[in-house]
Amino acid sequence: MEAQTIIAKRIAQELRSGMLVNLGIGIPTLVANYVPQGMSVFFQSENGLIGTGPIPEEGMAHPTLTDAAGHPVSALPGSSTFDSAISFGLIRGGHLDMTVLGGLQVDSHGLLANWMIPGKMVPGMGGAMDLATGAKRVVVAMQHTAKGKPKVVPQCSLPLTSLRPVDLVVTELAVIAFPEGRATLVETAPGASVEQVISSTDAELDVPQDVPEMRV
Amino acid sequence: MKTIHLQEAIALIPNGASLMIGGFMAVGTPERLIDELVHQGKRDLTIIANDTALPGRGIGKLVTAGLIRRTIASHIGLNPETQQQMISGKMAVDLVPQGTLIERIRAGGFGLGGILTPTGVGTVVEEGKRNIEVDGKNFLLETALRADFALVHAFLADYSGNLAYALTARNFNPVMAMAADKVIVTAEHIVPIGVIAPDHVVTPAPVVDYLVVNE
Repeated sequence: MEAQTIIAKRIAQELRSGMLVNLGIGIPTLVANYVPQGMSVFFQSENGLIGTGPIPEEGMAHPTLTDAAGHPVSALPGSSTFDSAISFGLIRGGHLDMTVLGGLQVDSHGLLANWMIPGKMVPGMGGAMDLATGAKRVVVAMQHTAKGKPKVVPQCSLPLTSLRPVDLVVTELAVIAFPEGRATLVETAPGASVEQVISSTDAELDVPQDVPEMRV
Repeated sequence: MKTIHLQEAIALIPNGASLMIGGFMAVGTPERLIDELVHQGKRDLTIIANDTALPGRGIGKLVTAGLIRRTIASHIGLNPETQQQMISGKMAVDLVPQGTLIERIRAGGFGLGGILTPTGVGTVVEEGKRNIEVDGKNFLLETALRADFALVHAFLADYSGNLAYALTARNFNPVMAMAADKVIVTAEHIVPIGVIAPDHVVTPAPVVDYLVVNE
């Protein structure tokens, strides 16, 4: 299974019926493909839509129905649209049950850096800081390493997105949580050993005696 | 509210003006007003908007034409020309978290001095700002934003200037319509009074200064 498929399938298991969920751009978007059958989840697009549905068939796109990247989407029955103040009121105001964000680095306490690489990539934070600060649950979807360099680190060298720690990091090798502010190995991916996860992680990981395998 | 022709509307805007421009990745952006800004070569503009879209679309056209001196936006990552002009120093760019940007605009239009938000506390966004504790929680004081002009695009405008918006083309538009000295509106359709039911009016007519006629 491809890395991003493992990550998206595992994160989809965090969804619960009736949740309001915001998916970031990239791997997080793929989570929508694995909503368990029969479960109804509201996906928010921060440009002003709840009820975001699949990409419309060719010829059925509408120029005023788009996702946060400006790409055409569909709206499911029961959708609603609103302005950006309400959209971020939903995000900051405790109405958003879960957000799934991409990550550049996560530190041993769960602090996330995901919006800029000084001198290289300065795209702007968009909605990331509000999402990481305001969502009830923050899940990070990212590859375990970038060009061989671990992304779970003792301390982020890149600018932080928020002082609010994330709840869960899901990679193609592991699921990591942060109980009492300590990075803890919760699951390993199929075929990945605990040793492999530890050697691909720069942060110190708490490893319980029993680490179950992800079921994806 | 006055009706106005496109050229006259843009002729009202002096070089060096500050403009709030509605839209999100060019969805809901008043493209005709942008095209006319480029046509009339209005320069040294300060643009307040969510993003700078893509080259060739929406605000991206102003970037390509080199008309912007300063941009206040949440995201410029999909427009490489904005990044080039920022790096070369041709354009100043202030990056603001999206939820903070919309609230600063809302504050400007609603008569507030600013807002307190938890977003950005402890990050580079905090630099130079007051951190205020309320009931044991930390917030940043983010000051209000206003502009000389708001350029707004609606789906429907009635003859009196009441506005309604379409789907995700609403975004920053109705909030910006409250936060500028002069509000210039284009609409997909201009309709008789009554076609937009009072309950469906999003921007009330008295905040609209100019409605650009559809030709």
